[in-house]
Amino acid sequence: MIRVELPFHLRTLAGVGPEVQLEVAPPATLAAVLDALEARYPMLRGAIRDAITGQRRPFIRFYACEQDLSNDPLAAPLPDVIARGGEPLLIIGAIAGGCGGD
Amino acid sequence: MSGIRLLVGTHKGAFILSSDGKRRDWNIAGPFFAGWELYHLKGSPLNPNRIYASQTSGWFGQQLQRSDDGGRNWEPVGNVFAYEGKPGPHKWYDDTPHPWEFKRVWHLEPSLTEPETVYAGVEDAALFRSTDGGRNWQELPGLRNHSSAPEWHPGAGGLCLHTIVQDPSDPKRLYVAISAAGAFRSSDGGASWQPINRGLRSQYIPDPDAETGHCVHRIALHPGRPQTLYMQKHWDVLRSDDAGSNWHEVSGNLPTDFGFALGVHAHQPETVYVVPIKSDSEHFPLDGHLRVYRSRAGGNEWEELSKGLPNDCYVNVLRGAMSVDRLEPCGIYFGTTGGQVYASADEGESWQPVARDLPAVFSVEAQTLST
Repeated sequence: MIRVELPFHLRTLAGVGPEVQLEVAPPATLAAVLDALEARYPMLRGAIRDAITGQRRPFIRFYACEQDLSNDPLAAPLPDVIARGGEPLLIIGAIAGGCGGD
Repeated sequence: MSGIRLLVGTHKGAFILSSDGKRRDWNIAGPFFAGWELYHLKGSPLNPNRIYASQTSGWFGQQLQRSDDGGRNWEPVGNVFAYEGKPGPHKWYDDTPHPWEFKRVWHLEPSLTEPETVYAGVEDAALFRSTDGGRNWQELPGLRNHSSAPEWHPGAGGLCLHTIVQDPSDPKRLYVAISAAGAFRSSDGGASWQPINRGLRSQYIPDPDAETGHCVHRIALHPGRPQTLYMQKHWDVLRSDDAGSNWHEVSGNLPTDFGFALGVHAHQPETVYVVPIKSDSEHFPLDGHLRVYRSRAGGNEWEELSKGLPNDCYVNVLRGAMSVDRLEPCGIYFGTTGGQVYASADEGESWQPVARDLPAVFSVEAQTLST
């Protein structure tokens, strides 16, 4: 069981609470977690990574165990504690960015 | 009994304002999709309870929402807008080539004749169509593949296809407007396109009479006289009586002819409304006096409509933020970047603010309902 924390706007979009739990077959990688997340909540397709290119959206970050995994390869294994559900994978909307305005 | 529903898209969500046919007392529901940008909402003319909404975010990208119960409940539908083939570049502001990239949906136009068909105008400029109620989208690539497209430049808001008009007398005839490429017409349901900018003069491009490159802000027609089109260009209000083939300026006595929004009276094809804005450098009303101007002569002769509208007002009225209802007398509505929505139930003679403190209003669409 892998725990994933979503930012506010993706929680409301998916109609879930702050944390979702996903079954992901080993090895647990960012790609596998995102695949499982989008399979469970199809409305999140395109909201975290581009629906066509698969690239992480520029103002989304992935944190785990006080590390920024955003630029790690998507196929890299996640830390054991994340794979075991001991700590959540954090999907973060950057406090900067977006498209201006207030 | 009739009622009016106003679909209001704002910088931070959608709001639905509703009233009975008297249009005096209004209920405000929302925000829907709070915190997201709602560029446009529009209901199907064939089924007013079918409403589409473009929900977008610089962080989380594009969502397309659909309601089948008049906006009470929504479901996310298809949000994949894939250009056909490998798109070439367009021009960037500095004239360098820039990749064609999808950013957001600016405009949704449900078909006048096909209940499950809806068109989407997007940035970077292209036209998409769904024939299954918004679940799947296919580009109509003839527009983006027009020979002039590699020379298209973005306007200040991006290279956006912001206006789609379907001819009620010939549903295969479509018009679109792109900032800052100009207006285009298709006679075959969107397969092929031709620029329709003859008569436009724009001093901000090297050849003021060029076939493309004009910053068209809005076009509109009256369903009873679809050969006649009205246009608010960056500067200038124009008119065509031959389905866009030729245009002539009808700014006449307007105090300034810069602006974005434009509306046509529901029952009088020669009655047109605009909201003059001081200039492209100062996006607020002249002297801070928010005014609608009405022509009952199809342009040139304009009268100021001020009753109920404020002074000391430094807002803008964006291109999608004016709409008319189909009651008698015709109701006119517009929203401002200051979060006000103004309504007139008497063809513009008098106005009342029906919402005062919303987020900046991007779009207003009036639905006339039988209750």
